[in-house]
Amino acid sequence: MTDLYQSQCAMRRMRKQAMDRGVIAILDVGTSKIACLVLRFDGTDRFRGADGVGSLAGQSSFRVIGAATTRSRGVRFGEIDAMNETERAIRTAVQAAQKMANVRVDHVIACLSGAAPRSYGLDGAVELADSLVSEQDIARALASCEMPDIGDGREVLHAQPVNFALDHRSGLSDPRGQIGNRLSVDMHLLTAEAGALRNLLHCIKRCDLELAGLASSAYVSGISSLVEDEQELGAACIDLGGGSTGLSIFIKKHMIYADSVRLGGDHVTQDISKGLQVPLAVAERVKTFHGGVVATGMDDREMIEVGGETGDYEHDRRSFSRAELIGIMRPRVEEILEDVRARLDAAGFEHLPSQQIVLTGGGSQIPGLDGLASRILGQQVRLGRPLRVQGLPQAATGPAFASAVGLCLFAAHPQDEWWDFDIPAERYPARSLRRAVRWFRDNW
Amino acid sequence: MQQVTPPRRDPAPSRWAYRLNRLWLTPLFRVLLRTGLPAFCVVFGAGVWLSDQGRRDDLGAAIQNLRRSVEERPEFMVKLMAIEGASAELDEDIREIVPVDFPVSSFDLDLEQMLQTISGLDAVKSAHLRIRPGGILSVEVTERTPAIIWRGPAGLELLDAEGHRVGPLQARAARPDLPVIAGQGADGQVAQALELVAAARPIAHRLRGFERMGGRRWDVVLDRGQRILLPEGDPIPALERVIALDGAEDMLSRDLLAVDMRNSARPTLRLAPRAVEEYRRLQLIEAGATNG
Repeated sequence: MTDLYQSQCAMRRMRKQAMDRGVIAILDVGTSKIACLVLRFDGTDRFRGADGVGSLAGQSSFRVIGAATTRSRGVRFGEIDAMNETERAIRTAVQAAQKMANVRVDHVIACLSGAAPRSYGLDGAVELADSLVSEQDIARALASCEMPDIGDGREVLHAQPVNFALDHRSGLSDPRGQIGNRLSVDMHLLTAEAGALRNLLHCIKRCDLELAGLASSAYVSGISSLVEDEQELGAACIDLGGGSTGLSIFIKKHMIYADSVRLGGDHVTQDISKGLQVPLAVAERVKTFHGGVVATGMDDREMIEVGGETGDYEHDRRSFSRAELIGIMRPRVEEILEDVRARLDAAGFEHLPSQQIVLTGGGSQIPGLDGLASRILGQQVRLGRPLRVQGLPQAATGPAFASAVGLCLFAAHPQDEWWDFDIPAERYPARSLRRAVRWFRDNW
Repeated sequence: MQQVTPPRRDPAPSRWAYRLNRLWLTPLFRVLLRTGLPAFCVVFGAGVWLSDQGRRDDLGAAIQNLRRSVEERPEFMVKLMAIEGASAELDEDIREIVPVDFPVSSFDLDLEQMLQTISGLDAVKSAHLRIRPGGILSVEVTERTPAIIWRGPAGLELLDAEGHRVGPLQARAARPDLPVIAGQGADGQVAQALELVAAARPIAHRLRGFERMGGRRWDVVLDRGQRILLPEGDPIPALERVIALDGAEDMLSRDLLAVDMRNSARPTLRLAPRAVEEYRRLQLIEAGATNG
């Protein structure tokens, strides 16, 4: 537990250092592409909105000065499969982004979509020493949460306090300075497989970069694609990625659940490749240009040519109708959505006051997907695109970049996490010098 | 089946290419490499080249040669010295004390020094030096005009109206037009002496000179050994009085030795010894006549 605290605190320090330097890189390691954005921060909160005008979700203080995307290699299901290949892909993306930004980047905030995230809801409560809630009390409340058995080989990725309750009043977002007797807290804990995280860390280290933060891709795409009232009233963001589909549920501007389905666009491509006997590259192209999930009569007449290089005329001059393609794609997309539905049901999504579902990620660009999704997931489905941030190139504004943009927002305004609060004094190891210092600071 | 197309080039930079690229993007490194390294090379190269004494001397000589070749262009050469406003004597003096062997480059002429030297001459009141186009060093001199002769401890000397020395004089006869002054501190009172000279114009044909007595008052020396002793204060009215007396009674042509005007209330005449005897004889005669 202390290890985790130390490493997360180190990452926070690194992030602060990067903020002071003013340049930080965003790295989205996905299954189909690796995106790298370089952000420049123009001082801390130079733009302070007037009363009632937020600072535009915190994005006015930074600017994207470099962006690069490269085809991902060696990543499967959002986890690093071939380390060297991934490292080379990361180098390509980082170097291209650095070249565009014309600045050297040392700190990077990364996100990963796989690693089997698992959510836990925790709660803890403490009696307040004096009736005023202080930071120390919050830390104690957070520390009083009982750590669930997260299993061997898993690490905590996020541990966010989502709700505070003071005596009978619940739903407080910031209880500091309020008066009461008993402070209880609800915390959302997200864990991921330690091996996948360690691989990513190692890859980034081998690229001479310092990791300044780590986030779940489902969480950050939720930040960027859900609009404010959706985040407030309750919504699920479904990030249809290449190798895995992430889903995150938000309410009251906090993520309360995240999960991922290990199915994605690449499986659709594989189905096409197998079903039509074409190479993966051709299958990908056919999927991108002609794909769909709802067949109409028109699609029977629309023939798609696929070339080939075998030299066999019959084989190389094949063509098939779009209806066939849709017939291959639809079951797989349905399967993905059914899986997502199952996860949402397991999470108790139907109990939320508003059940908005936002589809984002590269897979959400399949024509007709919203119609199919509304049949499976519920009536309130929309296609989401990430927030517009300053300086982002046009090519990187599509839904495929939802998690990259979300990471930008995450870098600019990170959510309070458990490790942002000091460890309560009684949890320190005995005879700690820090403890002595703290005792002095508290008593003098 | 044999592969027809070669495998596609890996777009990823190699580890070293990536590191060098990042190094190149480091601002400090960039500045060092772009300005620091060339500057260091230039300075180091120059230092190595100049570390040899022979090369240093060669360089100095080359610079000197270049300088000389510019200075000795005909545009900058001065060929002769023209002196204006000086008498032949002064002209010679100036040429003597300013020894310049023409032609010489105008860069080598120290005009300031020359001006001081020339102004240092007694006979020069003021001087202007300039180099006229055409390579002529032009010296414009205003000479002091001698106004009076001073018989000083070193012999006869000419002084101008302000009492400044103009030059020596060989003989009094060389300048019969100028009055002579003598005595202790006479050269400091030239202005007053000149006023006296002006006042003494009616008796100029008899005037020999003025002598400063005891450093405080003037004696007018006439021929035949006559003197007019002037007071310390207001000598001119006293002299005018004497001249008026002379005009009225022809006093000075009589056998007097001195007219003492030192006490203006009691002018005194000193007669010559013979005149005193004569005067006494005449008085005796007069008395005898009266008595006898």
